[in-house]
Amino acid sequence: MNRSAESGSPAVHAGEKSTVRGYLRVIRAIVWKDLAAELRSREMMSAMLVFALLVVIIFNFALELDVRTRENATAGVLWVTFAFAGTLGLNRSIAIEKDRGCLDGLLLAPIDRSALYFGKVMSNLLFMLAVEAVIFPLYSVLYNVNLFVPGLLLVVFLGSWGYVAVGTLLAAMTVQTRTRDVLLPILLFPVVLPVLVPALKASDAYLQGLEMPAIMPWLNLLIVYDVIFTALAFMGFDYIVEE
Amino acid sequence: MEPMPKALKVLNWLTGALFLAALYLSLFFAPREAVMGDVQRVFYFHVAAGWVGALAFLVAAAAGVLLLIRREHRWDGVALASVEIGVVFTFINIVSGSIWARPIWNTWWTWDPRLVTATIMELIYLAYLLLREGVEDPDRRARFAAVYSILGFLTVPLTFLSIRIFRTIHPVVVGSGDPTATGAFDMSPRMRVAFFFSLLTFTFVYATLLWHRLRLYRLSEKLDTLKIKLLS
Repeated sequence: MNRSAESGSPAVHAGEKSTVRGYLRVIRAIVWKDLAAELRSREMMSAMLVFALLVVIIFNFALELDVRTRENATAGVLWVTFAFAGTLGLNRSIAIEKDRGCLDGLLLAPIDRSALYFGKVMSNLLFMLAVEAVIFPLYSVLYNVNLFVPGLLLVVFLGSWGYVAVGTLLAAMTVQTRTRDVLLPILLFPVVLPVLVPALKASDAYLQGLEMPAIMPWLNLLIVYDVIFTALAFMGFDYIVEE
Repeated sequence: MEPMPKALKVLNWLTGALFLAALYLSLFFAPREAVMGDVQRVFYFHVAAGWVGALAFLVAAAAGVLLLIRREHRWDGVALASVEIGVVFTFINIVSGSIWARPIWNTWWTWDPRLVTATIMELIYLAYLLLREGVEDPDRRARFAAVYSILGFLTVPLTFLSIRIFRTIHPVVVGSGDPTATGAFDMSPRMRVAFFFSLLTFTFVYATLLWHRLRLYRLSEKLDTLKIKLLS
C-alpha cells in the first residue's frame, strides 16, 4: 500500500485518469505495489515454489516414471503443477488485500475498477510466470527432457494468462465467502478447463514435435477462450468488488 | 399461503398428460431400433433431459445478465430455480446415457469428450450451489452467483460442440455426424415424432418445475421477512 502511494500517486491526479497513459500507470502502480510487497515478505513465491516442486516429486512416485511414460506425461504433469500452485498464489494474492482492509483502500482510490483488475491480473501472471521459470529448468534437469521449445513457452504464457484472468476474478469472489480457501479450486477448475485442456494438448504436441496443422486448432481454441474470459472477467469484476 | 394460480394448475395437468403421451410414444409408438434393440428407447428421454439441462443453464445465465443490469432481486430467484432444475436434468442425462452405453459401448463410462464436458458442466453448477452457500448477504450472493453463472455458461456451447469438433464415439443423430460412431442410427419418421415430442414434453416439464420452484422461492422469502418482523 505504501508503495502504491509513492509511485502510483501521479496516476490519480484528476484529469489524467481517463487517458490511456494514466490507465497504464495505475496498472503499473498496482503491479509494482504487489512486487514490492512480495520482495519484502517473499511468502507467496516461496510457498508456490515449494508446493510446485512437491507436486512434481509426488508425480514421480505416482506414475513411476520410466522414460517412455515420462515423455508422454510431461505436459500433463506440468499443467497440473501450474494449476495447483496457481490457486495457492491467487488465494494469497487477494487474501493479502482483504486482510488488513487494503482492498477497501484500493477501492476508495479514484481509479478505474478495471485498472485494479488488470493490475492484479498482471501481478498474478508475473508470479505464475516466475514459478514456471523456476520449474522449467528444474524439471528439465530432474527428468532429463528439454522443455525450452519456443512454441511451448508461448503456450505456457497463453495458458497462464487465461488461467490468471479467470482466477483473479474468482479469487476476488471467494475471498468474500465463508469457505474462502476451499472454494477457489472448486469454482475455478471446471470453469478454466477450456483454457487448460487446449494448453495441455498444445504443450504435448510441441513436446512430441508435431507439425503446425496438428497444433493450430488447440492454439486457436486457447486464444479464443483467453480473449472471452478476459473480456468477461473484466466486465464482471465491478460487480464482485462493489459494496 | 397464496393460492396456486389457475394457469399453473392448467399447466400441471397439461404437462402430466404430455408426459404420459411422450412415454407412450417412446415406449410403444416408436419402432424397435434394428441394431440396438429396445435400449435405444432411452435416447428419447436422454436427449430431452440434456436439452433441458442446457436450456436451464442458458436461462440462468440470462437471468444473471438481467440481474446485473436491472438490479432486480427476482432474477436471482429465476437463476437459482433454473440451475437446480438444470443440475437434476443433466444428472438424468448422464445416468441415462450410462445405462445406454453399458450394452452398446460395453462400458458404463468412457473418457469421451462429450461425456467429460457434460460432467464438467454438472460440476460447474454444483460449484454454483456451493458458492451460494458460502455467501450470507443476499445482495452479494445474487451478484456473485450471476457473474459465476455467466462464466460457467461458456462451457455449455463447448459441451454441445464437443461431439462436432473432437474425435469422439458419441453419436451425432441430429444434423448428420459421423455415421461410423458406435451406436449411430438414422431416425425413421415415427422415431422422429417420438423424439421431437419428448423434447417438447421436457420443455413443458421444465417450465412447470420452474414456476413451482419460483413460488417456493417467493414463499421462503416472505417467511424470512415475517421471521425478522416477529423477532424485532
